[in-house]
Amino acid sequence: MITAAPRFELRDVRVDGDEGPIVAGFSACVPAEGLTAIMGPSGAGKTTLLRLLNRLDDPDGGVVLLDGRDVRTYDVLELRRRVQSVGQVPVTFPGTVADNVGPDVTALLAHVGLDPALATRDADRLSVGEAQRMALARSLALGPDVLCLDEPTSALDATSKGGIEDLVRHLADEGLTVVMVTHDPRHADLADHVVEVQPLRAKAVRPVDGDGSTPDGDGSTPEGER
Amino acid sequence: MLLASTSSSLVSGPVTFGDIALSLFLVLLAAVISRWQRVGLERDMAVATLRSFVQLLAVGYVLEFVFTGHGWLTPLALAVMVATAALTSGARARRVPGSRRIAAASVSVATVATLGVLAAARIIPASPRAIVPLGSMVITAAMNTTSLVMTRLHDDLAANRREVEARLSLAQSSHQASLPWLRASLRSAMLPSVDQTKVVGLVALPGAMTGMILAGASPLAAIRLQLVVMYMLLGGNAFAALVASTLTARRLFTPAHQLVRQLRRTPT
Repeated sequence: MITAAPRFELRDVRVDGDEGPIVAGFSACVPAEGLTAIMGPSGAGKTTLLRLLNRLDDPDGGVVLLDGRDVRTYDVLELRRRVQSVGQVPVTFPGTVADNVGPDVTALLAHVGLDPALATRDADRLSVGEAQRMALARSLALGPDVLCLDEPTSALDATSKGGIEDLVRHLADEGLTVVMVTHDPRHADLADHVVEVQPLRAKAVRPVDGDGSTPDGDGSTPEGER
Repeated sequence: MLLASTSSSLVSGPVTFGDIALSLFLVLLAAVISRWQRVGLERDMAVATLRSFVQLLAVGYVLEFVFTGHGWLTPLALAVMVATAALTSGARARRVPGSRRIAAASVSVATVATLGVLAAARIIPASPRAIVPLGSMVITAAMNTTSLVMTRLHDDLAANRREVEARLSLAQSSHQASLPWLRASLRSAMLPSVDQTKVVGLVALPGAMTGMILAGASPLAAIRLQLVVMYMLLGGNAFAALVASTLTARRLFTPAHQLVRQLRRTPT
């Protein structure tokens, strides 16, 4: 049930791969409030869809709207400042945690639940869980409106998983639009909204009942997500 | 002027075709080694020997023609060399979109810039006898540099695309996002000529110098020319590397600061 205008609207989106479309005829809305989970099995094109939101890629058909405007009409670097994205495996840049995160490192580390004393540590010496939190802090440093997460817990052990889930939930509660790609069915409970993406090897288009949004999953891919 | 006529030749006389035939004995030796060790290169050696003979003979006649009153052909000779270099380098870096054009641009810039400076400062005479051989050296060096830069930058960006895209996602421009690999490619392309310049004379007596000495010039005249050649190659390589890396990076990103799809789908 969406009252306000959606943050994102995907209309009849198609993204082509080397061997036919990865997603096709896909439409969905992402509300501005709360945590939206993009769910579906591996290879359904979830990551492909997420990449459209900050224009790491553009659709071959259809449009992606941010606050009612085609994302391609924004200055792309400004768009990416607003729509932050953190990948599945955290990327650390050379240097210390402070070099990675920027001048507000102390406050930002505290915000993502990391010991501010880590600021002086070499970023590549963090554990995967710590690095994932640091990547979140680095994104939050840009003051985004939207946070896109691609399987943020899949590279983590059970303990770190729970911590990141709590953090993501917390960030959504603070007013950030959070979009999270996941294939973990448990995340349906964590999310406020669910968008289902179905890999369609058969050509039939199958409408899917979402929780709130009304997505219409489609797409198939022979290869894994990238 | 460095290319002024030399003193009498120390070599007893010019090499004759008979001498060339005799020196083929050394090729035969190489072929025997190849056959004996089952390297399987005998056929390639035969082809290479034949090709070198035909190609150099043809070039010898062309240069003879250009040098004897047909100097106006010099730009054409350079253009043919640049075009051949661009095709070769472009084919080497086929994975890079527009690789041939990139190679043509970087080799041309390197050639024009270095020869232009040398001729404008009257370090070398603006005559075919100076321009053509020096041009061939700088073109060859620029060609190798360009191939190296294009393939290296392409492969580095493909292999590190997660990090490149993480940087793009943090609102870095494609230039900023590719900078670490841009620098690496520039560095790796420029290092060999820097190192060669460092050890010149200690390890190798390079081509221009040995050629002059064999032709009977004084070693001191030979080293003066060689120094100019080395500095020309350093400069030419730097120019070529800069142009090639800039243009290559531009072709590997879209105007919207996205990695081109083809690069993202390169298997690593």
